[in-house]
Amino acid sequence: MQEIIEKINELFENGTVNRVLAWKTGEFDYERTPAVFTKEDGLDGFSYDSFCAANLAKYLILETKKEGKIAILAKPCDTYNLNLLIKEHRIDREKVFILGVPCRCKIDVEKIRAKGIKGIKSIKEEGDTLIIDTIYGEKTCPRQEAIQDKCLACQGRTHVVFDEKIEGGEPANVEKIDRMAEVEKLEAMTPQERFDFWRSELSKCIRCNACRNVCPACTCTTCVFDNPASGVSSKANTDTFEENMFHIIRAFHVAGRCTDCGECSRVCPQHIPLHLLNRKFIKEINELYGTYQSGEDAQSKGPLTNFTQEDAEPSIVYTKGRV
Amino acid sequence: MLKCSISEINNLFSAISGLRTLYLPVEKAGQALYGAWTPQARLCLDKLNTVKSPKDLFFPQSEDLVRFQREGKKISIEMPDAIDEKFVLFGVRACDAKGLQILDTVFLSDPVDTYYAARRENGIVICAACSEPEETCFCNVFGIDATEPAGDIVTWTVGDTLYWEAKTEKGAEFTEKVKGVLEEASAEEEASVAAQNESVKEIIKQLPFADLNLEGFDGDHLLEKFNSPKWAELSKACLGCGTCTFVCPTCQCYDIRDYDTGHGIQRFRCWDSCMYSDFTKMAGGNPRKTQLERFRQRFMHKLVYFPSNNDGEYSCVGCGRCVAKCPISMNIVKVARALGEESK
Repeated sequence: MQEIIEKINELFENGTVNRVLAWKTGEFDYERTPAVFTKEDGLDGFSYDSFCAANLAKYLILETKKEGKIAILAKPCDTYNLNLLIKEHRIDREKVFILGVPCRCKIDVEKIRAKGIKGIKSIKEEGDTLIIDTIYGEKTCPRQEAIQDKCLACQGRTHVVFDEKIEGGEPANVEKIDRMAEVEKLEAMTPQERFDFWRSELSKCIRCNACRNVCPACTCTTCVFDNPASGVSSKANTDTFEENMFHIIRAFHVAGRCTDCGECSRVCPQHIPLHLLNRKFIKEINELYGTYQSGEDAQSKGPLTNFTQEDAEPSIVYTKGRV
Repeated sequence: MLKCSISEINNLFSAISGLRTLYLPVEKAGQALYGAWTPQARLCLDKLNTVKSPKDLFFPQSEDLVRFQREGKKISIEMPDAIDEKFVLFGVRACDAKGLQILDTVFLSDPVDTYYAARRENGIVICAACSEPEETCFCNVFGIDATEPAGDIVTWTVGDTLYWEAKTEKGAEFTEKVKGVLEEASAEEEASVAAQNESVKEIIKQLPFADLNLEGFDGDHLLEKFNSPKWAELSKACLGCGTCTFVCPTCQCYDIRDYDTGHGIQRFRCWDSCMYSDFTKMAGGNPRKTQLERFRQRFMHKLVYFPSNNDGEYSCVGCGRCVAKCPISMNIVKVARALGEESK
């Protein structure tokens, strides 16, 4: 962290930027809030560690409209979203200094809580173990078991866009998952089983819109669902299937653009695995148009925004022989 | 005081559900939520906070107020029927029970909200005293005793026994009906409940937010708080989602809309959130133009407007849901500390 602080101070001093978008400590040992630190006010409360899971990319849409250049601390996964935002002209590249920071996979406190560990006072990392001091005594948890789902699915990607990057120390000893395996599990279900799975998950939705508001690919100034004049601005379900439609429509909207950053699932207060909808689209697109990773660069046309003579022409219902 | 062994608690639940629909914290796709009891239900009785608070049972996230059906030249008006359901709510924590009292102040004041009033009348609240508070709990700040919740009936779990005591007339009447599955607790056992309560109170004193100071959060300091320059910084990272408002046991704002079903009109009311951009939208525009104003509204309502209109009663109960659930870890405690700091 010291190296990062020195770098930021250097950027402040040599006038490259006048503020930095990073994370700030909170009331609890494990709490990190996205924050803008200015040259004048300094880095009081600044932190970069295993709890900085939030993707800061989307904040740049507003921040780059302001006066002067801003630095952003970007984890490898976040840089994919930066590329997407640059490509879609949502941020002004000239007004951002991208400082790549290393990532050892982030910790999800909810996973620690789900183990029945209550009253967390502090969490310390000792090698591959978390030492958790609680109101009810000291507990331990293997680091692997507390890793954010989105990090388990990240395949150790590198920074795809940056002005400078800070090299990390030793890589994290985290066992990753095959991100498409979860989708395949759903594909292997019968239509009824799959329907039941999504009904059970999506009917928990409280329509808080956290998934949409955090999504770095959802960048409309006013969402159609927030527009009373749209005729579809539905604050409540008119029938019991509407939540399902909302999430499916949203997944369609970001299809071909979603980088699989996993923020939607991370912020969901009901832990709905929303990323699986997006990942299903990624899998289908890869199969139909060839492997494509959104955000890998800031120039290429996305598979759904491009036309070639060789394009696949799936029917409206793409079933791959399964009904 | 009465008692029942935890291993036989399903007998108690079975007896209750024989009389009325029983709602209690059950697991739904991995999350603890209030749901109807069935012998197969996976119970989450140890869980302090369900994702949505029990307010949902009295003030549902969405409900039909009235339906208009058109047949030829006739328009018929249908009232919803679900309000007649007699139910029991089991496992309500002290914070959430207090939350219901706060909702009472809003919905049972003149003009009485008849939908809410009917559900309050039809529901019996059985509380569960807390034994293992979380680091996010701060009910004590609002004068709530986690070991003595305000319900029709209160239960305490000590070891593998559930203790039961009726607190209101409604609770006493209901207790008579399920007495068959409960036994009398001995004086010694009652003492064990009291002893546990004392130790829980000691834990609560040591919680990180136990010392949260709300001095200066009142009508006399309204403008000072409203005009604080701190709001800009506090609201900066706010995503403008409705998580805090929808998990909150006291947030009470709603919207009423007409939905054209194609054959008639469904007039429904649903929770709304002051965090949303169209919340105060009206013919002349929106007086709360940015997230700063929307964010400020929520906390000003909880900590300043509500107490100044209701004899100093805050409309936060310290359940800690928003603290645990905010996607960006911004919450009422941080706000109270930042603004409190300023007025010192």
